Amino acid sequence: MIYIIAILAILFVVLTFKVISQTRKIINKNRGTEEDSEYLGAADSANNFNAAALLIFWILAVVGTTWSYIHYSQYFLPEASSVHGRETDFWFWVSMGIITVAFFLVNTFLFLFSYVYRYSKQRKSAFYTHNNTLEIIWTTVPAVVMTGLVLSGLVVWNKITGEAPEDAEVIEITGRQFAWMVRYSGEDGEFGKSNYKLMDDGSGNPLGLDFADANSFDDFSNSTELHIPKGKPVLLKIKARDVLHSVFIPHMRVKMDAVPGMPTKFWFIADKSTAEMKAALNDSEFDYEIACTEICGKSHFGMRMVLKVDEPEEYEKWKREQKPVLTLNPDLLVNVPENLKARALKYIETEAPAAEAATDSTAAPVAAVAAVETK
Amino acid sequence: MAAHSIAEGHHGHAEHGHEEHHEQGFFSKYIFSLDHKTIAKQYLISGILWAVLGGLMSVIFRLQLAFPDMDMSFLKPVLGHWINESGKLDNNFYLALVTMHGTIMVFFVLTAGLSGTFSNLLIPLQVGARDMASGFMNMISYWLFFLAGVIMFVSIFLPHGPAGGGWVIYPPLSALEEANPGSGAGMTLWLTSMAIFIASSLLGSINYVTTILNLRTKGMSMDKLPLTIWSFLFTAILGILSFPVLFSAALLLIFDRSFGTSFYLSDIYIQGQALPNQGGSPILFQHLFWFLGHPEVYIVILPAFGISSEVISTNSRKPIFGYKAMILSMLGIMFLAFIVWAHHMFVTGMNPFLGSIFMLLTLIIAVPSAVKGFNYITTLWRGNLIFTPAMLFAIGMVSFFVSGGLTGIVLGNAALDIQLHDTYFVVAHFHLVMGSAAFFAMIAGVYHWFPKMYGRMMNSTLGYIHFWISFIGVYMVFIPMHYIGIAGFPRRYYQWSGFKVFDTFADLNIVITLAAVVTVFAQFIFIYNFFYSMFKGKKASANPWKANTLEWTTPVEVGHGNWPGEIPTVYRWPYDYSKPGAPDDFIPQTVPFSATPESNTPEENDLIAKEKEIENIKYDYSIHD
Repeated sequence: MIYIIAILAILFVVLTFKVISQTRKIINKNRGTEEDSEYLGAADSANNFNAAALLIFWILAVVGTTWSYIHYSQYFLPEASSVHGRETDFWFWVSMGIITVAFFLVNTFLFLFSYVYRYSKQRKSAFYTHNNTLEIIWTTVPAVVMTGLVLSGLVVWNKITGEAPEDAEVIEITGRQFAWMVRYSGEDGEFGKSNYKLMDDGSGNPLGLDFADANSFDDFSNSTELHIPKGKPVLLKIKARDVLHSVFIPHMRVKMDAVPGMPTKFWFIADKSTAEMKAALNDSEFDYEIACTEICGKSHFGMRMVLKVDEPEEYEKWKREQKPVLTLNPDLLVNVPENLKARALKYIETEAPAAEAATDSTAAPVAAVAAVETK
Repeated sequence: MAAHSIAEGHHGHAEHGHEEHHEQGFFSKYIFSLDHKTIAKQYLISGILWAVLGGLMSVIFRLQLAFPDMDMSFLKPVLGHWINESGKLDNNFYLALVTMHGTIMVFFVLTAGLSGTFSNLLIPLQVGARDMASGFMNMISYWLFFLAGVIMFVSIFLPHGPAGGGWVIYPPLSALEEANPGSGAGMTLWLTSMAIFIASSLLGSINYVTTILNLRTKGMSMDKLPLTIWSFLFTAILGILSFPVLFSAALLLIFDRSFGTSFYLSDIYIQGQALPNQGGSPILFQHLFWFLGHPEVYIVILPAFGISSEVISTNSRKPIFGYKAMILSMLGIMFLAFIVWAHHMFVTGMNPFLGSIFMLLTLIIAVPSAVKGFNYITTLWRGNLIFTPAMLFAIGMVSFFVSGGLTGIVLGNAALDIQLHDTYFVVAHFHLVMGSAAFFAMIAGVYHWFPKMYGRMMNSTLGYIHFWISFIGVYMVFIPMHYIGIAGFPRRYYQWSGFKVFDTFADLNIVITLAAVVTVFAQFIFIYNFFYSMFKGKKASANPWKANTLEWTTPVEVGHGNWPGEIPTVYRWPYDYSKPGAPDDFIPQTVPFSATPESNTPEENDLIAKEKEIENIKYDYSIHD
């Protein structure tokens, strides 16, 4: 289909050229000296051609736009998997509907007038300088439509950006060149303090957890997958380690920049699990993905993380299986102050379980990945 | 010197003629010229050269996007080490290309090339002045632009490449060499170049405003100015008020990069090291940048409005519809342009309350923009349209402005922007509404005023072919791009296949690239036509389009000082086309009402009494202490 369009386009251009040059040749022969007249800008032999071509162009454009839209809409994203996403989608398509009508209407007038009022020796233009009523009408109509869109937009925007519900599951996501890392608060439900000065890829603390804070001991992290529960509000606390990044979850209609030195946030409710989407799309390979949408350097296009939306019980089960950063990197114990050592030691496993952890492929320890990525 | 020659003009022809016969050397005539017309041509030709470079860059990255597995070894002679052994484009250089394409097109082509060319050419000619208020400042303005261009051009050849953080150069990416190789020497040169460019732009803008306000000829009251001049005035005011903010943003970035300050940097751990900077805010840079960046898009589009108004009215043989509404809407757009900048920042983590305010203000700006579109179309209604190449491009401009502007209504809505921000939907939107629209107006302007620049006509057949390929090409590029945007494809991606969700639309990306390549190469038809016609084009008449404005009262070969005799006096507005009762379908601004009793309205008959008064105005051009 595309090649046919391309060939047609080229054919059209070639024909245009032919027709114009031929007609001009013929007309020039007949006209002779008229070309030398003072008024070089007079409507020439191509005037009617150009006028008609503008209208024909527009008719073809209407057909082409409609066809291509219908054809390609199959590749648009599926229905949003989040509650707010379906709302923004709804207003997106409302707005698109309004502007599509305006697009067709205004351009139709533009090209239709171009054709209808093409130059004719018999006619003189209307001396029509202004019409206040008309101008007031077409100032008011867009103003009213805009007001409607602004109001609907404001309501939705305030809802989305408002405070997250109290019971929201809080997860921290950090962008770095060129990967995402997530951190969960662990069994105590409290995030330990972190400080960028404590970040150290080499020793397995790329997130800069502060082990002087006992809340850090059970925090666990992951650099390949973000798991969230289905149907429960999730509050992403978004951070960046080096340059700007932007968390983008296309299927959830979630996007928020990650800014070094200024934590940001975004909360949403995902209400279709990964398994449900696999079934709905009939695609066993399907996974939600997280991408970066703020230019961050050479591998900006490769900052992929998988998002797993689990049923709440599965999610809780998955969380229980995760090993804290401290457990995976027992050397970090040196950062724990003396008075907390005893509490921290609870998270340090003895030889046997530690070996088991090393073979546990689902845990995907951040330290190992970080060590590989740091050259 | 300019003021001197202006004063002379009013005192009489003899004195001025004396100066005119003075032989100018090659350098003072073509290189360090003080003549606004020469400076305009210098801007135009520089703009064309930059557009070629910027356009070819887009061809390279479009090839990469459509054919990610393509063997680009054939580009090795041009790009050298940026094509690796396996024939792939280096991904840092991809970002550099995107960055330079944006910088070049926005600043060097659509700001300097558009405003620089047409403000310089048309302001003195259309307000009736011998030259700019300060010819010397004007010359400095061009040569600073030239210097800025040289520095930017040199940066492309640096071993680590030019700036590569996007044309918005957001820190910390642009501040840290560790983050991106282009943020080293490339960014230093980018910032230096832009600082000089801003100085150039300010010198130009101040000159434009001064000339428009102070050097109008007798009778040329503000309400008789052509819309081109109004648009240049608003553009210059926008530039004067917003470019210094970009300058300050750049200056602080220079401090952060070179002197260890922390205006934009905080809490950064990069390449195994925690940097000492704390307390800075990358968001501050974004505010400062967009405080220019948003007015900048109006700096680009307002002159395009002005040029289209003039071209459409002249070739419709019909007054522009709603002259006052056009001025008021441009004024409205100018004011609103200053207070909508943060709509570029809805999802940067900025306080959501600010997001609400900026959404409101942004959607208000759609109203004056819509008025402009409607007025253009009503100007065509019941006109007698002559499709010169300029007219076709002006109609194309209106179509792009409408089609591209409409999607702005979606993007201006903060809630909807969450999904669309930094996707190809945005790219498609602004390339249509400001990129292609302003570019088309610029081309329209060149076709329309070429006879006044070079005394010759451009070939119209080539003009039509150029128009049809470009017009169809632009739509074939940017309409499909919206679909890719709706599917969420992010901008500035070297390739998309790493994501399952973006692993579609390969065929559509090929269509876009093919259309883009054809469109870019079609511009060489224009360039050929431009340079060929400059020397071999058909000789123009003094007023080939039968237009009303003052520039068409100058001789075919416009000399230094613009009018050989006294500067003509202006009696009427510039849009008396097809006036009922008049024998011709146009009445130039210089024709007094007393000479056209057959077509005067009663109010205009009353103005006849004032004509003597206008003619007797004496200007005092001497500079008092």
